[in-house]
Amino acid sequence: MYEIVKAEKLTPDVIKLEIKAPQIAKKAKAGQFIMVTPTEHGERIPLTMADFSPEKGTITIAALEIGKTTKELGTLKAGDKVFSLVGPLGLPTHLHNFGNVVSIGGGIGLALMYPVVRAFRQSGNHTINIIGAKNEKLLIYEDEIKTVSDEFYVCTDDGSKGHHGFVSDVLKKMIAENKKIDLVYAVGPIIMMKVIANITKPHNIKTIVSLNPIMVDGTGMCGSCRVIISGETKFGCVDGPEFDGHAVDFDNLTARNRRYMPEEAVSLKKWQGAK
Amino acid sequence: MADEPQQPKQPKKIVPKKYPMPEQDPKERIRNFNEVPIGQEAQTAILEAQRCLQCKRGPNRKVCMDGCPVEIDIPVFIKQVQEGNFEEAIRIIRQKQNLPAVCGRVCPYENQCEGLCVVGKKNEPVGIGRLERFLADWERKEMKKGKVEVPPPTGKQVAVVGAGPAGLTVAGDLAKLGHKITIFEALQYCGGVLVYGIPEFRLPKEIVHAEVDYIRRMGVDIKNDFVVGKLETVDELMRDYDAVFVATGAGLPDWTNLKGENLNGIMSANEFLTRVNLMKAFKFPEYDTPIRAGERVVTIGGGNVAMDCARTSLRLGCKESVILYRRSDAELPARREEVHHAQQEGVRFELLAAPVEFIGDDCGNVKQVKAIRMQLGEPDASGRRRPVKIPGSEFLIDAQTVLIAIGQSPNPLVPMTTPDLKTTKEGTIAVDEEGRTSKKAVWAGGDIASGAATVILAMGDGKKAAKSMHRYLTQDQSWPAPEVFEKLSCEM
Repeated sequence: MYEIVKAEKLTPDVIKLEIKAPQIAKKAKAGQFIMVTPTEHGERIPLTMADFSPEKGTITIAALEIGKTTKELGTLKAGDKVFSLVGPLGLPTHLHNFGNVVSIGGGIGLALMYPVVRAFRQSGNHTINIIGAKNEKLLIYEDEIKTVSDEFYVCTDDGSKGHHGFVSDVLKKMIAENKKIDLVYAVGPIIMMKVIANITKPHNIKTIVSLNPIMVDGTGMCGSCRVIISGETKFGCVDGPEFDGHAVDFDNLTARNRRYMPEEAVSLKKWQGAK
Repeated sequence: MADEPQQPKQPKKIVPKKYPMPEQDPKERIRNFNEVPIGQEAQTAILEAQRCLQCKRGPNRKVCMDGCPVEIDIPVFIKQVQEGNFEEAIRIIRQKQNLPAVCGRVCPYENQCEGLCVVGKKNEPVGIGRLERFLADWERKEMKKGKVEVPPPTGKQVAVVGAGPAGLTVAGDLAKLGHKITIFEALQYCGGVLVYGIPEFRLPKEIVHAEVDYIRRMGVDIKNDFVVGKLETVDELMRDYDAVFVATGAGLPDWTNLKGENLNGIMSANEFLTRVNLMKAFKFPEYDTPIRAGERVVTIGGGNVAMDCARTSLRLGCKESVILYRRSDAELPARREEVHHAQQEGVRFELLAAPVEFIGDDCGNVKQVKAIRMQLGEPDASGRRRPVKIPGSEFLIDAQTVLIAIGQSPNPLVPMTTPDLKTTKEGTIAVDEEGRTSKKAVWAGGDIASGAATVILAMGDGKKAAKSMHRYLTQDQSWPAPEVFEKLSCEM
């Protein structure tokens, strides 16, 4: 059992949990994830780490409350415990002084983006960060990301803050202006990552995306999370979660992530009915 | 019965058949996940034990215990059962065997102890497996669950990586010798394949948990949710432990690599069985992990894992469960008993046929398996006749769920994160006959060293390694020369 040190709502639908897990905190690196099982009857779900502190012995996760398990996480308070926590899993973000790194995040992806861009900056990169959400109220990790940005852009779909439009618009403009870009990093909804990869591909700008396939164990023993990379089957949990955005079969990923939608609805309805 | 000493004189006439083991009716059992064999009564166990002739071993005479990979003193424990001394009988088993309730259920005893039983030459062999099972179940129900006595601590600490059959055996054997053991297990429950792979109807999980609890009561410390290679590497563990045993198994699923394999509805046997067994998806939505078996489920493969998949699918409510296997009935690698159970339950066997492609609908869901008929040609390297495609014999089978059960490969995480651990071409860790690896003070056993095999062989490996580790910890720290492992790693 793992104790929750701090629980807060970042938006009405996004929970941020700081959990005591000293060994994971000591080993975690940017880009890695953990598997969480809230209760003994629970399922194992992958969540990216939004932060980790070896000093405090805690890790921080953020989740969009979209189904039964994440909504259940959303009810947890400081002092509550989660049944199982496994990590750090997956390969860490490949760090290197690339030069100008444009990182783009959307929605809940912003929580993962924060430790990654922080690490990019610590590795000597010039960090250009573009963050987006549907509206101002749904922007998360804005202040944190800003503190590790050399250049910083905000976009909202409804124009309530920053650029009125998509994160991809800002990237397109940079490319049109011939800005020097050595690496693009994108994390967020599949459709956003796909759009970004399609924009950078004709310009041969190396693009890394962080994928979110359905996982069960998260340690490479089942292949639930398999993704197609350049026509080859890879496991998101051990070979990823980050991959070359130009090689990913996003349509297959989208289809595979829908495979339990009817059951997910049943589970959520039952839980809401019981509450 | 226990206080009425029965004279175990050689019966004049051997009862030709094993005393029956009651089973759930096939029609009934495919609607539940309860265990198929119901188990024996004490009186039946005594009668079964009395079929034993109490043979003596000899230099040229192999008896039942020569077939047991963990060397249980079989005639000795059976003698006790004959007299109704169950407590003494299970104590004798426990001296050698750490998971009797498991082995009494899943061992292929027909090829092991029972295969060498003298009675079995003309009649059915003595039901050694069912006696072991009976005693372990009796112990679980009748005996108190106190601390298990172990000798005073030796001061030596051992890390065991992986809580499957091999790891649990090493932990149990070394704890019995007074060493301090810590098991590191990646999943939330211990047992490895016993909890995620083998279904409830063959091995109820409460039995595995009880066996693990027995090992815990010996003072073994178990750390779950601990992925060695991610949280700590073997090298990091070696700072705190005198010896390490690596038993991370062969948990990496093999794929057909055919067109369409990533369609929805196609999954590895590991994913399917992990969802159902470890995560209890068969109780969805009481448990949160979902699973789905379409109207027709096609399982590809012919081993025990394939039988488990096909039989599990029936219990999840599919209308037809089909096994697609490229060789014939005679070559099915599954235990005969498992094949028989699957047949009784109505699994359809499509033999001498192999998949060539998976066909999907517009939404990316699998709808058909395209397969081809095979015939058996010349024997291959394994001695089995090689299946050869019959040109032009392709046919289609409808399927909403396809389960790939064609094998597993060694889990690469520990070898990948332990640079001086020599591996073979197949990805197994190279070990000598005692289970020693190329890295001093590190042993390996079970599927990570042998490739995918059986529960009891993994336990046998654990047994050998534990002996070698004990010698290393208490008297002789010599280690084989590096050349030994060079040779092992390229020979294979």
